[in-house]
Amino acid sequence: MRLEPKPAPSLVMLLLYPVGAIVFTLVFASLLVLLAGASPFSVFFLVAKGAAGSQFALFETLTRATPLIFTGLAVAVAFRAKLWNIGAEAQLYIGAVVTVVLGTGALPLPSILLIPLIVIAAMTAGALLLLGPALLKTRFGVDEVVTTLLLNFIVLLFVSMLLEGVLKDPMGLGWPQSQKLIAEARLPRIVTGRRLHCGFGMALVSAVIVWVIMKKTTLGYEMRAAGNNAEGARFVGIPVNRVLMKTALLSGGLAALAGFSEVSGLKGNLTLDLSPGYGYSGIVVAMLAMLNPLGVVVSAIFVAGIFVGADAMSRSTGVPSYIADVMVATALLSMVVAILLARFRVRWR
Amino acid sequence: MTVLRLSGITKRFGPLVANDAISFELKRGEVIALLGENGAGKTTLMNILFGHYFPDEGSVEAFGKVLPQGDPRAALEAGIGMVHQHFTLADQMTVQENITLGTEPLWRPTLSRANARERIVALSRDFGLTVDPGAAVASLSVGERQRVEILKALYREARILILDEPTAVLTPGETDALFKTLKLLVAKGLSIIFISHKLHEVMAASDRVLVLRGGKLVGERLTADTDRRELAALMVGQEVKAADVSPVRSGAPLLVLEGVSTRRVNGAGLDAVSLTLRGGEITGLAGVSGNGQAALAALLSGTERPTAGTVAVNGSPIADWSPKAALGKGIARVPEDRHAVGTIGDMSITENVIAESYDSARFSRHGFIDWKAARGFAEQIIRDYDVKCPSPETRIRLLSGGNMQKLVLGRALDPDPVVILASQPTRGLDVGAVAYVHARLLEARERGAAILLISEDLEEILALSDTVVVISKGQVSAPSKRGERSIRELGELMAGHGEAA
Repeated sequence: MRLEPKPAPSLVMLLLYPVGAIVFTLVFASLLVLLAGASPFSVFFLVAKGAAGSQFALFETLTRATPLIFTGLAVAVAFRAKLWNIGAEAQLYIGAVVTVVLGTGALPLPSILLIPLIVIAAMTAGALLLLGPALLKTRFGVDEVVTTLLLNFIVLLFVSMLLEGVLKDPMGLGWPQSQKLIAEARLPRIVTGRRLHCGFGMALVSAVIVWVIMKKTTLGYEMRAAGNNAEGARFVGIPVNRVLMKTALLSGGLAALAGFSEVSGLKGNLTLDLSPGYGYSGIVVAMLAMLNPLGVVVSAIFVAGIFVGADAMSRSTGVPSYIADVMVATALLSMVVAILLARFRVRWR
Repeated sequence: MTVLRLSGITKRFGPLVANDAISFELKRGEVIALLGENGAGKTTLMNILFGHYFPDEGSVEAFGKVLPQGDPRAALEAGIGMVHQHFTLADQMTVQENITLGTEPLWRPTLSRANARERIVALSRDFGLTVDPGAAVASLSVGERQRVEILKALYREARILILDEPTAVLTPGETDALFKTLKLLVAKGLSIIFISHKLHEVMAASDRVLVLRGGKLVGERLTADTDRRELAALMVGQEVKAADVSPVRSGAPLLVLEGVSTRRVNGAGLDAVSLTLRGGEITGLAGVSGNGQAALAALLSGTERPTAGTVAVNGSPIADWSPKAALGKGIARVPEDRHAVGTIGDMSITENVIAESYDSARFSRHGFIDWKAARGFAEQIIRDYDVKCPSPETRIRLLSGGNMQKLVLGRALDPDPVVILASQPTRGLDVGAVAYVHARLLEARERGAAILLISEDLEEILALSDTVVVISKGQVSAPSKRGERSIRELGELMAGHGEAA
């Protein structure tokens, strides 16, 4: 088997790749559903219904998409500059920790001041967390895939330590959870009676801002140039290492917003199950969107829909909701293959 | 007797037809030269012949047997040996180990080193391929490495030898030696296909010439019945005009290096180099690649700082050196590798032409890029330099080498630079594009810029340069005026013999 380069794909082809990846995912998932003894059609119907079949379902999906948009943006920004940030999970938790530290009564301020302050602090913490691996990469050539991935475990254990120690809620009946945020630190709901909160609006605004940065600014230009051809970028005078630092700050800050919005908008406190792997799912979201910031919104809603829909489906059919994890993982792998096929023709011998 | 027959070979890459129904035969004891511009399809054809690519149509027949497609092993076994342009040797191993690599059976406990050595010594004696079998490849010169590659093919009992641009990396002396070896090989009944775009070599070394243009076989001549003029016309499809050079009007020294040394960059670093570039002059830097050209180019580009010595541009010495500083001093840079360095392949033409000035007031305000101005600039270069492209939004890697180089040139020459570094500016371009690049460089010379032309093509250097300097092992020779030194003298300097600066 051999790969031969092929000319650039057209716009239609570019849109076909994610669609093709999703079709393949559905076919593959059908086989698993058959193994579980159910009909794929009814299962997919139930997933779709559970994800978007009612106002409640739709709002649940958007709620679930919110952290995925943030982590997806974080990954898209970093990957565009070829900074392989696998540590959005850690940055998310650091953002959540900062939110809890500042939002549980330490700062008696009105919402209008408190929330922006927490946002800035959380973003700074996430940004600084990714700055370390970025520095190690540019100074010493340490692979950031390894450092950011391992930081996920370090940070999660660190959070666990905090929740068993200084941040532990004295009224929490011994559970490892933090105190509740004060009301001033909570993001308001968008519709009363639904869980969807203003974090979703922040996510949409962030996506637009990131899109503007990538498309319209010199920084975005530098990031794309450095990611596309670092040597060429250096040759024309783009300070590639400094650009990578800025990329790291932006990416880490965006991922930390996921943690902030989950705590402040949804949960109200910090527990160890705050994120069921939103940091990792962000990679899927960004890849499905082919690193386009606006595409991230669409793919985050799609991935969230699978998770939410699969939960609803498993309640009524007995097919385990883990099918959602399989589908999301399959979607990632088939997307990676699709991107490969976009650039190369495969010759079998 | 026909040893090799290609019938109707066609190979397409998307819309591009790299080889269009090419057929020819190679006879025993014959040297065929495959002549054509870069991009004419020579290398694709040889890759099909050797089994690296699948042809879309056609077949290859060696010694009367059809070769299975896409199987380099079958080609090897049929007695076809290939010497690639970029050598495929393991640096840390000895010459003998490299030659025998892959020929020894795996299951025999001992290697028959003594036998192998004997055979290698005999082969190198018979064909004038002097090289020590015990030497580590890393310690060999480029010419010696090429001999090892040829020995490797002969050791495997190749009866057909394909040489891809074998002289690109050799000094004139080494080239002569290679041609002697080729004569000895054909005398022993081997057949040779020799790929080149250099006319004088084709005339000197071949029996028959096949000319490829745009993927088609456009001409076939017996070398004895043709001349360089006819071949050049076939190769480009039009008469070739030599660049018209007006008498030199030297101006003030615009770039002065004094005792400059650098780190190693893709070969030798600079070693106490002193060099003066004057306005209104083209200074040609001749030399075998890897002798410090890359270091000098990197120094002028701003990507490498001097470790010793001083550099002054337009009278003022440089202190804080970087690509931005070089641009700020008015140095235009045309890098050697336009794909890996000169352009950012997956970005558009517009995004590429503003790469050196995207943060200037012309193209950005408050950190936002003025895409309208950028697009206007791209359109201007496309128009002024006659770049063939669908639109300024086209990704630059989809363009041909010539069009890409025009954009790089347009970007570099736009700010009216004082000093121009042109590193291999015409490598791989078709004749039309070469003439165009030369004309633009001469235009800049008329305007009074100081130009440093780095090229492996001695003919190009001699045609354009008012002053010629030879670089060898990181040191430069004394400059000579146009016509002062003969090709032979320059060759001696390139080989590292001769007076120091």
